[in-house]
Amino acid sequence: MGRVPDEASGAAPRAATPPALRPREFLRWGWRQLTSMRTALILLFLLAIASIPGSLIPQKRVDPSAVFLFKQRHPDLSPLFDRIGMFDVYSSVWFSAIYLLLFISLLGCIIPRSWLYLKASRARPPKAPRNLSRLSAYDAWESDASVAEEVERARALLRSERRRVEVYDVSHGEAAGIVVSAEKGYLREAGNLVFHIAVLVVLIGFAFTGLFGFKGSAAVIAGQGFSNTLTQYDDFTPGARFNTDSLSPFQFTVQRFNVAYKRSGEGAGIPLHFDAHLAVTPQPGTAPYDYDLRVNHPLQLGGVSVFLVGHGYAPDITVRDAKGVIVADGPVIFLPQDGSFTSFGVVKAPDAQPSQLGLEGYFFPTAALGPGAAPYSAFPGPLNPVLSLVAYHGDLGLDTGVPQSLYTLDKAKLTPYRSGSGRPMPLLLRKGQTVDLPDGAGTVTFNGLRTWVKLQINDQPGKVIPLVGVVAAILGLLCSLFIRPRRTWVRVRDEDGRTVVEVAALDRVSGGDPGRHVEQVAAALRPTDQEKRQ
Amino acid sequence: MTETYAHLSNNAVYSATIIFTLAMLAHVAEWAMAHQLVAVPTRTEPRALVAAGDRGVDPTQGRVGAPPVHGVDDVDDLERSDRYGRIGFGLTCLGLVVLAAGVLTRGLAAHRVPWGNMYEFAITGCLAVSVAYVILVRGYAIRWLGLLVTGFLVMVLGLAVLVLYRPVSPLVPALHSYWLMIHVSSAAVAGGAYTVGALASVLYLVRRRMEVKAAGHPELPRTGFLWRTPTAEAIDRIAYRVHAFAFPLWTFAVMCGAIWAQYAWGRFWGWDPKEVWAFITWVAYAAYLHARATAGWQGRAAAYVALLGYATFLFNFVGINLFGSGLHSYAGM
Ligand code: HEM
Repeated sequence: MGRVPDEASGAAPRAATPPALRPREFLRWGWRQLTSMRTALILLFLLAIASIPGSLIPQKRVDPSAVFLFKQRHPDLSPLFDRIGMFDVYSSVWFSAIYLLLFISLLGCIIPRSWLYLKASRARPPKAPRNLSRLSAYDAWESDASVAEEVERARALLRSERRRVEVYDVSHGEAAGIVVSAEKGYLREAGNLVFHIAVLVVLIGFAFTGLFGFKGSAAVIAGQGFSNTLTQYDDFTPGARFNTDSLSPFQFTVQRFNVAYKRSGEGAGIPLHFDAHLAVTPQPGTAPYDYDLRVNHPLQLGGVSVFLVGHGYAPDITVRDAKGVIVADGPVIFLPQDGSFTSFGVVKAPDAQPSQLGLEGYFFPTAALGPGAAPYSAFPGPLNPVLSLVAYHGDLGLDTGVPQSLYTLDKAKLTPYRSGSGRPMPLLLRKGQTVDLPDGAGTVTFNGLRTWVKLQINDQPGKVIPLVGVVAAILGLLCSLFIRPRRTWVRVRDEDGRTVVEVAALDRVSGGDPGRHVEQVAAALRPTDQEKRQ
Repeated sequence: MTETYAHLSNNAVYSATIIFTLAMLAHVAEWAMAHQLVAVPTRTEPRALVAAGDRGVDPTQGRVGAPPVHGVDDVDDLERSDRYGRIGFGLTCLGLVVLAAGVLTRGLAAHRVPWGNMYEFAITGCLAVSVAYVILVRGYAIRWLGLLVTGFLVMVLGLAVLVLYRPVSPLVPALHSYWLMIHVSSAAVAGGAYTVGALASVLYLVRRRMEVKAAGHPELPRTGFLWRTPTAEAIDRIAYRVHAFAFPLWTFAVMCGAIWAQYAWGRFWGWDPKEVWAFITWVAYAAYLHARATAGWQGRAAAYVALLGYATFLFNFVGINLFGSGLHSYAGM
């Protein structure tokens, strides 16, 4: 193929400016520009450059909380960034524009080339150039055998090497003689086309999966269950074409969650393994079965997959109000903030009397005192679990109609209980302890510790499409890069009663060694000196 | 047992660093000895340099005869230079074996594949580079890359030993995956080949410049080691072959990474910084392969694109590991 593609894809050689501006010609000129190799190259560069900001600036889809922090830190830049899609680069207009152009360029490139290839693949190997000895890979000798014998030998040899062979009888002119033409390496161009088409297939496959699938996540406390309905998800992103009524009605219970951490030495605190034991009911009314859910070992339920992607602590907390009535009770999910599982959480008690109560603060699985007596967690395992909560009273703001996060406290109308020095007073609780709120407002009890798991639940219909595409792309690429199309000619002619044999070869891409090939063909066809003497 | 293996591993990595340093010095001597040697006469000269006429074209070879010789080789110098070259290569092979032992014992000490942190990445990566180099010397006779390759190995291993070193520690559960093993090992081999390809591209650019300069001044002497390497054209071809080997492998590595990500995190592709840069590297090398087939972009421009691709690859290993966050941050120091 070599330099052929530039012509095949119709790159206008020196037409950097549009010729006449008649609409049709202008369109044709534009199309030729778009589908030229040079444009493809420039678009590839642009794609690479356009990808960079998304790795440097936090992305909504990757880490929403990092975006939040970034916006707080850069209030001046953020509105601009928001407008030009810097927080969602890979779905932004400009990123999409580049890859759509590349898409079109690719189509415009593939279609004509596939057409040419189909025509060429049925063509016979071409006739020999007039003067074979001009080719750099060339050899010639005289033989005692007849022309017909030599032609037959050459044909058999080239056939046996799985080349496509054609015999031409050129009966007149200075290049008269019988020519055995052979060609090999058609798969190179086929591989190249397969590769480019497969790139399209991969992209289309991902788009399809995104359109018809969904992605959601849920935090489930060990001992509790999950059933596959919208309300049970913490977040749920359906594809544009996903029908939320079609959620499959499975459910499961997280029976236990186990985790073990390395205790000491280098890498102390690294989790050695974690797994969740599930009892899964794939359909209502079917018998549940056990499943050991681990990282790298998702649960498959029909098309839906359930992944274990995180875990944390859920301290079991009871809050009583001034009258001793239980107003909040049970395990509360605290979100881990660091590798040692210092975790943040809130408790809301809207029914507390005389006013609503809220608690906010940290949980330390292995509490230790840092400099300035600030507590921190020294180890992710629960060796010394301590809660440090600040209590608030007032209005939790739950009646405003705006949905509130479970994990934050709206403090607009809340007042903290303060210590003697006037600062918000943290309540410190060990497991099993109860502390009194100031002014007899109630009590808080840290009953015990539970764990929770973060599950990612996806439906990815058609996810084999991109996989098949990538495999095809790699196979095509291998053909495209390692197969070297080569033409071989053997011309046999009678010259004053002697049979003259010429061999020449031409590679259609650089990098091969046609000279060696000619040597090998010559060695196979040429009578050895010994044979000659006999 | 872990202690013994860890100890063995450290000693092997130190020793390999020293052996590669000696190999580098041998290659320096090889270059120094070649200071007075003239251009190799039998190799292909690029067409542009061939003045028509007196240098005949040998039709069976398609090769161009000897360029004018400005002086005669000192046979002793030639022999000495070559001897040092061979010593350098021999030491490189020895260093490879010792480094392989170091990487293997590191894995045995940790009961896992040895690429859990930057130190392990660096030593495994150096092993990949030296394996790729030795294979290519056998296949394509690229011993002229010896100085650049050993220089690279010494630099990276030195950095690994002095700065990046970490004692053995376990991997987080997400990293226990066969797909990950395939992913990282193919990425390491592809990276080794990219490294050799980048070094070859650098040498191509240097050699090309020399040739272009010399073409304008036929009276200048063509002496020194660089004139004894293959022609720019031939180096370019070899660089292409190395890249052509690396690129499908890199594609495969990225695919395995995506499959692993699917198992571990429930998505094939999430534009995590490490994924972004793997993609950028992929696109850059695709651009390199394109450039070689695009009029006006062959040769020098394509070589620069290849180097750009290598820069993105390095940035992924070094930059993202050091500053990056995201799911792949296990790879941090
Ligand atoms: C999604 C974007 C694209 C990617 C990732 C891509 C990738 C590649 C790769 C890796 C190769 C090397 C294989 C080889 O050398 O045989 C290649 C070759 C080629 N590509 Fe693309 N390509 C893309 C778009 C295009 C477009 C839009 C065109 C049309 C102008 C095009 C035309 C070609 C041609 C003609 C070759 C063969 C070059 C040769 O003979 O060496 N590609 N492409």
